[in-house]
Amino acid sequence: MNLQEYQSREFFKKLGIPVVTGEVASTPEEALSVAKRIGLPVVLKVQVLVGGRGKAGGVKVAKTEDDVVKIANELLSMEIKGLKVKKLLVAKAVNILKEFYVGFTVDRSSKRNVLIVSDAGGVDIEEVAKNSPQKIFKIYVDPIMGLFSYEAKKASIHLTKDVNIAPKIADTIEKLYKVYISLDANLAEINPLAVVEGNEVLALDAKVSVDDNAMFRHPELEGLYEPSEEEKLELEAKSKGFTYIKLNGNIGCLVNGAGLAMATMDLIKLFGGEPANFLDIGGSSSPEKVASAIEMITRDKNVKAILINIFGGITRCNDVANGLLKALEMTKVNVPIVVRLTGTNEDKAREILKDTPLIYTDSMVDGVKKVVELVK
Amino acid sequence: MSILVDENTKVIVQGITGRDGSFHAKAMLDYGTKVVGGVTPYKGGSDVYGIPVFDTVEEAVNKTSANATVIFVPAKFAEDAIYEAVNAGIKLIVTITEGIPVHSMIKAVEYVNMKGARLIGPNCPGIISVGKAKLGIMPGNIFKKGRVGVVSRSGTLTYEIVKHISDSGLGETTAVGIGGDPVIGMKFIDILKEFKNDPETEAVVLVGEIGGSDEEDAADFIEKEFNKPVVSFIAGRASPKGKRMGHAGAIVTPNTRTAEEKVAYLESKGIRVGKTPVEVAEILKEILGNGKK
Repeated sequence: MNLQEYQSREFFKKLGIPVVTGEVASTPEEALSVAKRIGLPVVLKVQVLVGGRGKAGGVKVAKTEDDVVKIANELLSMEIKGLKVKKLLVAKAVNILKEFYVGFTVDRSSKRNVLIVSDAGGVDIEEVAKNSPQKIFKIYVDPIMGLFSYEAKKASIHLTKDVNIAPKIADTIEKLYKVYISLDANLAEINPLAVVEGNEVLALDAKVSVDDNAMFRHPELEGLYEPSEEEKLELEAKSKGFTYIKLNGNIGCLVNGAGLAMATMDLIKLFGGEPANFLDIGGSSSPEKVASAIEMITRDKNVKAILINIFGGITRCNDVANGLLKALEMTKVNVPIVVRLTGTNEDKAREILKDTPLIYTDSMVDGVKKVVELVK
Repeated sequence: MSILVDENTKVIVQGITGRDGSFHAKAMLDYGTKVVGGVTPYKGGSDVYGIPVFDTVEEAVNKTSANATVIFVPAKFAEDAIYEAVNAGIKLIVTITEGIPVHSMIKAVEYVNMKGARLIGPNCPGIISVGKAKLGIMPGNIFKKGRVGVVSRSGTLTYEIVKHISDSGLGETTAVGIGGDPVIGMKFIDILKEFKNDPETEAVVLVGEIGGSDEEDAADFIEKEFNKPVVSFIAGRASPKGKRMGHAGAIVTPNTRTAEEKVAYLESKGIRVGKTPVEVAEILKEILGNGKK
């Protein structure tokens, strides 16, 4: 779960990270009153969860009150990468002397948290990592002991030799680590961490992404999630016990297991089709769950046929077949369905599905070929 | 031979009184695994399918000399369950539980390593040494004793590939599901090191997917140090970038390779990659031939 900038800022503030003065606004009027309160000029920043907001024209400076209203109006009617802009952060415009990047994330290879700093702040850090890796400095954090103070100091000295600034950066790094750990984040970053007039260090942006698996121990985050339309569908699926991700093709998929679901999509593509979705129905699948999964697949009007690919394993195929028939009684389906079942009692499953509209097969490749043929 | 577990492995099940724990404890027992006990706090003294239940892992180990555990406890309590197993002296910990926070795993994995134990998982199907022991949730009936070692980040996709290996007549030695999370215990390389020293394993199938760079690390290891042919399958060619495909770790980020790029990397290191699960078995057959050694 990604937090919005204005939400992340609040957690930064709570732990003492200096952030630029600013408030969130949902209307041009609100934006104006914030601007009046904090003083012009201001920066208006769209609050959408995509990278590259600046490049997309979602960050603008307003010097006059008229400008604030005009720009707020413009930004609030924008759509960035398919996401409607609903909120703006109105922040005091500051004179930037120097920009740094500081962030914490999970490093899969070393199985540790990693502190990343760079003096190439204010730009996409992934681009920096790719094009000029020498500008990236990393410290892998001890999993048991956490980040040591001396490590934060070391990183700050790497960024600047200026003794008026480095200690402030070190302090911010330690506080950012606290944000990162206390929120069970996958990512907590400040980009840019700016040096402004008076040698003050200020977080001009705030980005926090929280581990979905850790939500059970973070009641303070409840209600902060602002899902997009697409994500609402994914959340609905999750509440019903399966995983659904919408794609752009016309072959609906219903599969047990994430790896097999990915592989099923791969095979559809390999044989010339396009998957309409990723759907992992999970382990124990009741007829009710299958019915609601099929219902969700067919909400997508592009879907011309469905492939159900179940590796029976411990569950018997005849039970799965009966469950499928029951599920199809519960939900109306107007597109052909190919069912691939394998596991114990395949013969019985074939028998059960014989005089039904379902097209049965026991081979994955054969099932994929059949469903691709159907949509041609 | 086989790797990590065999007919002498004494297994306990943590979370044995839960729905999944009890179901799979029975299935493991039926497969022939030495399931010597189970652990659920406050349920000590009872039994599940005749398997004695203990309150703590320590007690279970004292009474049964168990040396391996399979953890089914809910995600909230799984991190603690791992520490309990480590501190009771268990040396092989298989964690099936899905949904453990990554910060918990970072600590748990380090602790396990510090104490000289080994962890498989979490969010994995477990490990099976064919005909000897099953510590996990895979369907035992699809495996056939044979010549191929299997290591995978996935569950049902592994079963799909294993079925073809079994049908081809080659069969398997040990199959390990290492799990689909970003931070896991044993990785591809750790398992490959075990297969390297197993005389019965003549070839290895490595089932990978998008996300991270473990497949590439494994490919580097294979090129330099591995002594047996490896055939791979990589899932996620049709998956869009930036989307988490069910597994917490299955996501293409700006810093990781796409499925095609992973395949190209593996192939550049001399590893053949099947386009379909059945093709994996066909390639194996081509390499190993039909005859028994």
